[in-house]
Amino acid sequence: MSAYDHVTAARANDRPTSVDYIRRIFGDSFFELHGDRRFADDKAVIGGIAELKGKPVTVIGLEKGRNLKERMDRNFGSAHPEGYRKALRLMKQAEKFHRPVICFVDTSGAYCGIGAEERGQGQAIAENLMEMMTLRTPILSIFIGEGGSGGALALAVADEVWMLENAIYSVISPEGCASILWKDSSKTAEASECLKLTAQDLFKLGVIERIIREPKDIESRLFDSLKNLIAETFEKKQAIDPERLIELRYNRFRKY
Amino acid sequence: MPDFFNFLKPKNELENQGAFAENHPYIPEELWIKCPVCKNAVLSSDLMDNHKVCPNCNYHFRIAARQRVEMTVDEDSFREMDAEMVSVNKIDFPDYEKKLKSAKLSSGENESVITGTGKICGESTVIAVMNSQFMMGSMGTVTGEKITRAFEYATVHRLPVIIFTVSGGARMQEGILSLMQMAKTSGAVKRHSDAGLLYITVLTDPTTGGVTASFAMEGDIILAEPKALIGFAGPRVIEQTIRQKLPKDFQSAEFLLEKGFIDAVVQRKDMKETLAKLIRLHTETNSGEVSDDERV
Repeated sequence: MSAYDHVTAARANDRPTSVDYIRRIFGDSFFELHGDRRFADDKAVIGGIAELKGKPVTVIGLEKGRNLKERMDRNFGSAHPEGYRKALRLMKQAEKFHRPVICFVDTSGAYCGIGAEERGQGQAIAENLMEMMTLRTPILSIFIGEGGSGGALALAVADEVWMLENAIYSVISPEGCASILWKDSSKTAEASECLKLTAQDLFKLGVIERIIREPKDIESRLFDSLKNLIAETFEKKQAIDPERLIELRYNRFRKY
Repeated sequence: MPDFFNFLKPKNELENQGAFAENHPYIPEELWIKCPVCKNAVLSSDLMDNHKVCPNCNYHFRIAARQRVEMTVDEDSFREMDAEMVSVNKIDFPDYEKKLKSAKLSSGENESVITGTGKICGESTVIAVMNSQFMMGSMGTVTGEKITRAFEYATVHRLPVIIFTVSGGARMQEGILSLMQMAKTSGAVKRHSDAGLLYITVLTDPTTGGVTASFAMEGDIILAEPKALIGFAGPRVIEQTIRQKLPKDFQSAEFLLEKGFIDAVVQRKDMKETLAKLIRLHTETNSGEVSDDERV
């Protein structure tokens, strides 16, 4: 598979979205929480509390929507500042109640628009990066589709970052990169290679801890194994003293 | 004919220049600089005397990092840190070495940021100044590393940090490693902040992308130069996304002030004094002591 094949797969319309992961991993235990308490409820970010093998967890996901109507409703998974602020609110709540945080990342990027700028898109992302760095509870981020730049990183300052086999994570979209490099946005395939955005590349660069294999019948087998993996990881991370945990998190990003 | 009649004699253009050159120093045209905003020509020496601000319309010209350091810190007080650090092409990005080489040549610097310690009106501080002449101030691994080290140094030595930002954002040529700098620098800012220390950012034209979405917006106090463009997405990207023209002054420093995202717009001529004043209001020696007048 070429890098561009991964890009296409990561963006495929029939790919499971955060809602699917939440439903299949946490079932009916998921209770959705809305709003950033400042401006609005951003539907590009879905968040709430759930039970994982009998223990409470905070769940946050960037949600693209599964059909056209949903996608429009959720702004195609591109969050506004209020989305990132909602995520941070839920993370702070998780810290207060000593439950771990799991983030599902799937976005082409933070939204670029007038309202987003007026309400401080840059400031909202910056605040998440800073606050997540010292959040005294475990954070795990799983890239399930697209991981577009700062808009993805704002949910990925985590103790571990995992990627689905066909997910991508990049500082700029291949289209954007191609138009800057060659003034030709159609050279997406070449740009995809240059950016080293596949799970394999990122694992080699030490940016992620784990690649999640995507079985052919993704629906049936993926979620169960993922559920076990997440539960095991949280168990290990929760055994670490919070002071040590944030020290390790700092060092994780300090090495780049 | 006696010599003094010479001035009556009609001369062609070339002869005129010759006579002029004999008695006057040659003034090359480059010394007149056209203001990109009001289009008036300004004599470069006048511009320099005016902190590189257009005397006609108050446009703040972009200035090189080194010049900014000179303008801001007390004479001979600047001690540069990590000056020798240079970027390498870790992800084999096409033509990155070439880009770096030409950036070094055009800016005379090794990277897009200069860091160090210095005094501002006698107040000790760590200072970092970004450079638009080096790949438009884009944030590569070395940029992030130098800023992180500056914060770690300031945390250990209990010093404030002042950063002048100017940046197009993350450096595409370093791929994901450039994105990681946003997290790395934010971590260092947080530790500095948790230690109770002061961080002031000064946003200058333009500050966008990954720098806006990390340390630029993390200051305890955020200042900006007049009319500086400040945003997350660049105006062209937004126009392409929403397919409409942006309102005038959108993403200007004044716009951000109105929306509540910066503390003050400060004229360049007042910047040094303002920074000194703010540092003084945060000096730790003042906090715990009670003066005789205050004792009961």
